[in-house]
Amino acid sequence: MTFEIPLLVLLVMTAAGAVLVKDLISAVFILGSYSFALALVWALVGAVDVAFVEAVVGAGLATVFFLLTLFRMAEKDTLIRRPPVPWIAFVALPLLAILLLYGAGDLPAFGDPLSPASTHISPAYLESSVEQTRTPNVVTAVLMDYRSLDTLVETIVIFTAGIACALILRRGGA
Amino acid sequence: MVDVLQALVQRPNFVVFVILFLWGVYIMAAHPNLVKKLIGLYIVQTSAIFFLVAFSAKDGATVPIIFTDSATVDAAVYANPLPHVLTVTAIVVQVATLGVSLALVSAIYRKFGSLDEDEVLERVE
Repeated sequence: MTFEIPLLVLLVMTAAGAVLVKDLISAVFILGSYSFALALVWALVGAVDVAFVEAVVGAGLATVFFLLTLFRMAEKDTLIRRPPVPWIAFVALPLLAILLLYGAGDLPAFGDPLSPASTHISPAYLESSVEQTRTPNVVTAVLMDYRSLDTLVETIVIFTAGIACALILRRGGA
Repeated sequence: MVDVLQALVQRPNFVVFVILFLWGVYIMAAHPNLVKKLIGLYIVQTSAIFFLVAFSAKDGATVPIIFTDSATVDAAVYANPLPHVLTVTAIVVQVATLGVSLALVSAIYRKFGSLDEDEVLERVE
């Protein structure tokens, strides 16, 4: 777990950059590097499929979407002012943080092989998916075989999102 | 108090999740710029996925791709694949919703000529 701490610090720093930088285009590029740092963390945790998707869709496609939106705008609108922090943020956010962190003791430890999530149902998939689906990658087997209907409906969601974008951006519309 | 701190030291991922989540929620609620709000939204979504994927990690486990000829597979050797499956779906849906909201922001900019929430509200009235 020695790789973890520098990567997590990098993650918080890039997120802070994306939030604090005043130029929106720079903020979007820093957000892309945040996504890529996230993909690195996931690759090292063992979630390679999630890392691929995050690197391609999160760091790539989301950045392109942001830039396509920002390139149409005048330069004065992409340079922003930083707002004053309202006093209630100094009360509410630390309070919420303390509440969340206080509950940390009830979560399974990071990397615990005996956590409920890892002992209840996932061993069944790991042990029998090769035999049942003939696919070495268990993530693919679950995504495309056991839960293929779920994936089908997900593509409908993405299709709907594409139609919605096209209708909103239509020229000469309402 | 000491055992809460000890629990946090063992779970650096959870601390980072809390920082990213709350900061993103704050930006979504308080920042007047619409694109900055979407950056906050993106940070909230990725932090939730980050929280889920952290549960899939097992000490000493490798990626869930099974290359073995033996009939029995030892589940403790591979990371838990189920959070991976659910979050792969969630990332794609997250970027789809982000695309729709950016299209909405673009339409607002075309109609009102500003990305600032207060200026847009003034021009609406």
